[in-house]
Amino acid sequence: MRRPTLTAWIGLIIIGAFAFVFVFAPWLAPYGLEATVGVPFADPSAEHPLGLDQNGRDLLSRMLYGAQISIGVSLAAVLLSFSIGIPLGFFAAIRSGWTDVILSRGVDTLMSVPVLISALVVLQALGSSIPVLIVTIAVLDSTRVFRLSRVLAQGINVMEYAEVARLRGEGLGWMIRREILPNVSGPLLAEFGLRFCFSFLFVAGLSYLGLGIQPPFADWGGMVRDNQQGILYGLYTPLWPAGAIALLTIGVNLVVDWLLAGQPNRQANR
Amino acid sequence: MWRLILARLAQGIVTLWLVSVLVFAGTQLLPGDVAASILGQNATPGALEAIRRELGLNEPAIWRYFDWLGGFVQGDLGMSLTNRQPVSELLWPRFGNTMALAAYAAAIGVPLATALGVLTAMLRGSVFDRVSNIGALAMVSLPEYFLGLLLILFFSVKWNLLPSLANVYPGMGFWAWIEATTLPMLVLLLVTAAQIMRMTRTAVLSVMDAPYIETAWLKGLRTGRVVLRHAAPNAVAPVINVVAFNVAYLITGVVLVEVVFNYNGLGRFMVDAVSKRDLPMVQAAAMVFGAVYVLLNMVADIGAIAANPRLRHPRETGA
Repeated sequence: MRRPTLTAWIGLIIIGAFAFVFVFAPWLAPYGLEATVGVPFADPSAEHPLGLDQNGRDLLSRMLYGAQISIGVSLAAVLLSFSIGIPLGFFAAIRSGWTDVILSRGVDTLMSVPVLISALVVLQALGSSIPVLIVTIAVLDSTRVFRLSRVLAQGINVMEYAEVARLRGEGLGWMIRREILPNVSGPLLAEFGLRFCFSFLFVAGLSYLGLGIQPPFADWGGMVRDNQQGILYGLYTPLWPAGAIALLTIGVNLVVDWLLAGQPNRQANR
Repeated sequence: MWRLILARLAQGIVTLWLVSVLVFAGTQLLPGDVAASILGQNATPGALEAIRRELGLNEPAIWRYFDWLGGFVQGDLGMSLTNRQPVSELLWPRFGNTMALAAYAAAIGVPLATALGVLTAMLRGSVFDRVSNIGALAMVSLPEYFLGLLLILFFSVKWNLLPSLANVYPGMGFWAWIEATTLPMLVLLLVTAAQIMRMTRTAVLSVMDAPYIETAWLKGLRTGRVVLRHAAPNAVAPVINVVAFNVAYLITGVVLVEVVFNYNGLGRFMVDAVSKRDLPMVQAAAMVFGAVYVLLNMVADIGAIAANPRLRHPRETGA
């Protein structure tokens, strides 16, 4: 792997800072999540560096707590989507034949509808809650992971060392864990970054629409929605959570760009 | 070529049918009683039974599916549960609004972004290339509502140039419409143009690395001629795909933008329907979005077939 470029370092520092907040939010937040400490939309002051929100709560504290929900939910969704997509993708590549055809056609069908539209249909049927959000996003997004891991595994599967392992009589589990996985970890790591950006923006977007994280939990997308009318009075309140969403996405994208730079052309997509 | 295009059309129709199965299955077969979710707290056994009968929920799912699909094909999108009006009357005006906004953004964004993409590919490695790349990466990362709120803050609140709410109504004049929709259009433009630019640059660069381009350089041709005569015709097919992919993205990206600017489009229609859990409205909106998406992808593939002779005459063995 190449040494990180300047932009990659910036990305790594941003990710590190967000990871720190994600872990230590409850110790960092000066006020409680729901504590009303002043009048709505009060200006920033020494005690409240980002001012107060639409209900007079300390915005900085709410954003620190919100980091746990925003990042946690999308991280859980990506981890789940990788644990669905990778095994299925490898399985389809190794078995090939009918298994591959059936799995790939199924994935194509799921991908023929925009993710947002499928997600809205599911949320209409099940209502929105954190487990429903995580599972829905994970299943819909695992189609992308499936496609990538299938192509990667097909490439490895025809290598001599994979052939040798098959002739030794190794089983499916060995093939996946010992032959394929170690050789595709680079592209999969970059994909993990991209998928994280996607789910992160997606959860925030749904919350912004009022269909994502529901009270009593609060995430950044929801905070933008709640404070949106502040912008009409020239207040920056809704821009802080929106900016936090943007900053983390940029950070991850910068690192992904560096990870992908050493590999054959693959475009970033959302 | 016509056989290929016909095959692609048939494939598109099969995909549309699969979309209808997915939408129906998604709304009907998932756990959760539709009747109970409509009535919420007011559910009495009698009311539940009445609603189930009205929606035909006691029929087998497969029968209900064909009934629904049959109505759909004939333009009957069902009745809204919340305000008791035919869905089609509510949906089509909103659909028109959304398409108008997307077309406005695409008409400006697509030529601009493809030109920028080709330009950055020609000037690979230059300061201009690097700056526009970082700019594009930032734009792709920014959520629509962040851009939207920034634009509102400056253009409407601070400088008072454009309205913060994209209020459109039937019979409004052309310039009034442009004034109302320019801010949402700008958000869509920034997000999609950045994406199209990045992908066009990649597509052109991969052509520029081909051996025949090297030959053209070695013949001593000028940059302009190499790019326009030798590289561009071969980059058209991938660029068409890039554009269609992003216009399809525009169709869903528009949902968030419509909510930011309170624009009366299909996106907000669907979001409202989901929050009210109005099943027929959600189904209809999902089908319309799905159909537009499938259609755009199909147009892209057919465009690529028409632009690329290699796709027009596939080898007999097939791919």
